[in-house]
Amino acid sequence: MVRDITIMPGLDKAGVRENFSVITLCAGETVSIVGPTGSGKTAFITDIELLAQGDTSTRRRVLLNGEVPDDEVRNNPSLKPIAMITQKTKCFADLTAEEFLQIHARARGIKNFGIVGDTIELANKFTGEKITAESRVTILSGGQTRSLMIADAILIGAAPVILLDEIENAGIFKQEVLRIIHDSGKIVIFVTHDPVIALLTKKRIIMEHGSVKMVLYRSESEVRAAQNLLELDNRVSVIRENLRAGKTITKDLLAVNFY
Amino acid sequence: MKLLMIAGPPSAGKTALVKQIIKKLMDSIKIVFLKIDVVKAYEDIELKKEFKIVTKKFYSGDLCPDHAGVMVMADALEWAEGNSADLLIVESAGLCLRCAPYLNQGLGIVVLSSISGIHAPEKMGAMVSLADIAVITKIDLVSQAEREVLIQKIREVHPGVILLETNALQGTSLHRLYDLISNSKDIDKETLMLKGNPPLGTCTICVGKKEIGWKHHFGVIQKLDGHVAEYLFRGE
Repeated sequence: MVRDITIMPGLDKAGVRENFSVITLCAGETVSIVGPTGSGKTAFITDIELLAQGDTSTRRRVLLNGEVPDDEVRNNPSLKPIAMITQKTKCFADLTAEEFLQIHARARGIKNFGIVGDTIELANKFTGEKITAESRVTILSGGQTRSLMIADAILIGAAPVILLDEIENAGIFKQEVLRIIHDSGKIVIFVTHDPVIALLTKKRIIMEHGSVKMVLYRSESEVRAAQNLLELDNRVSVIRENLRAGKTITKDLLAVNFY
Repeated sequence: MKLLMIAGPPSAGKTALVKQIIKKLMDSIKIVFLKIDVVKAYEDIELKKEFKIVTKKFYSGDLCPDHAGVMVMADALEWAEGNSADLLIVESAGLCLRCAPYLNQGLGIVVLSSISGIHAPEKMGAMVSLADIAVITKIDLVSQAEREVLIQKIREVHPGVILLETNALQGTSLHRLYDLISNSKDIDKETLMLKGNPPLGTCTICVGKKEIGWKHHFGVIQKLDGHVAEYLFRGE
């Protein structure tokens, strides 16, 4: 079981050592990684996903429960306690959704193939475009691929650590995703440009020039701001769905009650 | 002297991997590099320029490159020893997938790109199933789930293989590979053998007979309907 992950400092883009001693993330904690594009957000979670030991471009090291993970844990997917949803919304494997999930379940040592149907069902909660067992993963849309990968990470990956790289992109129901993975007892790390997601996490890691600039904790007023943003975000979603359905936007759709 | 045989389809990232290995190990051991290819290769020039190491290339021309590799390997070992090398890296052309260039000593590495398609490990036959180590490259281009699916496919073809994932351009997560190379045993030239079975290479097509139809040929012969002609066939 993963109780915590420790990240040891590496080097920024200029080769200068990062200015923190260690960052420890504990089970049940949600964290967002924010910063401009190219600031090293994806590299940061990739280090966690690879359980880096000074052998990635950032030279960071990552410990599990305070210890260097075994080679076997680093290299055997069925033992890996980490599931990452990348920004990649393209699959190259020429398989149906069902075949893809079956092979992944085998890789993760899961014997119960009922999980494949459950995963597709969950994925369909995240996307408006229906995914079927027979859909080929190579031709799924960006939103469908992302939804399937998130459902796969939750149920088949079933990892105690979930890394999500910019899930707000590719048109999925992100609040549904947030609702399901929040309070799951997992360590959940979001790389995000979305203020709603950033403010829904208790901890924020700010990146700059390839290194961690600072770590912030959410304040009381930010908790309220998050609720307001959620309300706004809901309205934006409703308007988006109305526009997509060919409807016109009426005045009452724009009304927002702030806390 | 240690020996590293590197195989894999074109553009899988073999040379990018070789560069990482040389960069990491060149300070502690003397490395020489041989590229075997069919028509054109630039790796020897590239690596010589970048790392100032001794390199060589060999063109197989009309001959199958794995066949050519077997023929020239003994000379190559002498050449490497003559250059007082501690490690000889041989990069093969990796074309027809019938054979694998791995030997019964040293390390055989297959390099596979994560975007090469889910059935590639099965299609590549001996190149995968006889390798000691499989290195999956370009992992930054696909999702984690898809990487795991590809790895599972490779494990099903070759359960005993040591699997490593990397972005070969950056050289991520290759520490284990460096350790495996550093700890590999020195080869014994006298007992060096091919690991896999070579193909039958003497047929009338191979020697240039142009007539159409199996009746005009002997050697490796198979009829269109899949039946083996009365002479000899050793496929599958």
